[in-house]
Amino acid sequence: MSWKKIGRVSEMGELNKIEDELTPELDLALREFRLSVYAWSETVMNRPRQAAAPRRQVWRLAAGWALSCALIAGAITAGVFEHRRQPANIAQVRLPEQPRLAVEPGAKPDPKPETKPETKQNIQQVRQEDEELLAKVDSDISRAVPNAMEPLAQMMAWDETKDAVE
Amino acid sequence: MATAEEIGAEEFSAVVTKHRPQLFRFLLSSTRDVDLAETLTQECFLKAHRNWASFRGESSTMTWLMRIAINLQKDHWRNRRMQFWRKTQVNSVGLDEASEWLPSGERSVEQQMLARERVAQVGKAVEGLSERQRTVFLLRYVEERELSEIARMTGLNEGTVKAHLSRALGKVRAELGGKR
Repeated sequence: MSWKKIGRVSEMGELNKIEDELTPELDLALREFRLSVYAWSETVMNRPRQAAAPRRQVWRLAAGWALSCALIAGAITAGVFEHRRQPANIAQVRLPEQPRLAVEPGAKPDPKPETKPETKQNIQQVRQEDEELLAKVDSDISRAVPNAMEPLAQMMAWDETKDAVE
Repeated sequence: MATAEEIGAEEFSAVVTKHRPQLFRFLLSSTRDVDLAETLTQECFLKAHRNWASFRGESSTMTWLMRIAINLQKDHWRNRRMQFWRKTQVNSVGLDEASEWLPSGERSVEQQMLARERVAQVGKAVEGLSERQRTVFLLRYVEERELSEIARMTGLNEGTVKAHLSRALGKVRAELGGKR
C-alpha cells in the first residue's frame, strides 16, 4: 500500500497534506526502507544465537570475586600478623636500653638486669648524663657563633648574668 | 482438566508467538542493536506476563505491548545517560546498513544499487532524528500504524504525533533531496 493512499485514508488534515505531497521518489524510498527493516529483522531473529559470550562473562565474574576475596583475606592476615608482631618489636627496641640504665658505676653487676626495676640512682645518673650532654652541646654551639655575631652573643651572656644576679 | 493458570500460560504463549516479530523489529530499528533489541523484547514480555491479569483489553494487545516496549526503551536510554561513566558495550550499527538486507526482487543491478542508496539515505536521516521523532516515524512508516494508535502507544496526543511526524518526514525529505 502506497503512503499516499494511507495519507488519503486517514482523516488528519495537516499530516494528510504532507503525506499527499509525498513525491514518488520519497514514497518509494520509504517503502524500500520498510522492506529492508523487515528483511533485516527476520534474518537476525531467526539466526542461531551464540552462548559463548555469557559463559565468558560468568568466568570473568568468578575471577573477579576470587581476586577480591584473596585481596581481602590477604589484608586481614597482614593486619593480624602486624598486630601480633608489634609488642615483640617494642620489646626488642627496649631491650638494649635496659642494661645501660641498670648498670651503675661501682654497683654489683646484675645477673638479670632486664627483670629488675630501675632504681632512683639509675634515673639520677641518666639525668646527669643527659644534662652533661646538653651542656656540651650548648658549649659547642656557643663556640660555633661567627665573629660577626660576637657582640650579640656578649649581650646575651650579659643578660643571663644579670638575670642570675637578680 | 487444565487449570486457569495453565489456560493463562497457553494464552500468553500464543500472544508471544504472534507479537514477538513486530516488537523485535520495532526495537531493532529503533536501537540498531541486535542484542539490546532481543533483551528489551524479552523484558517487555516478562513485564507483560507479570501484568497480564491486570490487562483489561481496553486497547489491543499489540498497542499495550508496544507501549511497554517504548517505555522500556526510554528507561534504557535514561539509565545509560545516567551511567555515562560505566564502560558499556555498544553493538549498534547504522540504520543505513539496513540497505544491505533489501530484497533484490526482479530488478537490475543498477536498480538495486539505486534502491540501496535510497534506503541508506533514509536510514541516515532516521538516525539523526530525536528519540520521539524516530519512534513516531518508525511506528508510522515501518509498522504502518494509524495516528490514533501511535498516540495511544506513545502516550502523546494526536496533535503532537502529527507535529513529530511532520518534522521527521521533512528531515527525511531534505536528506533525500540534498543528496540528489
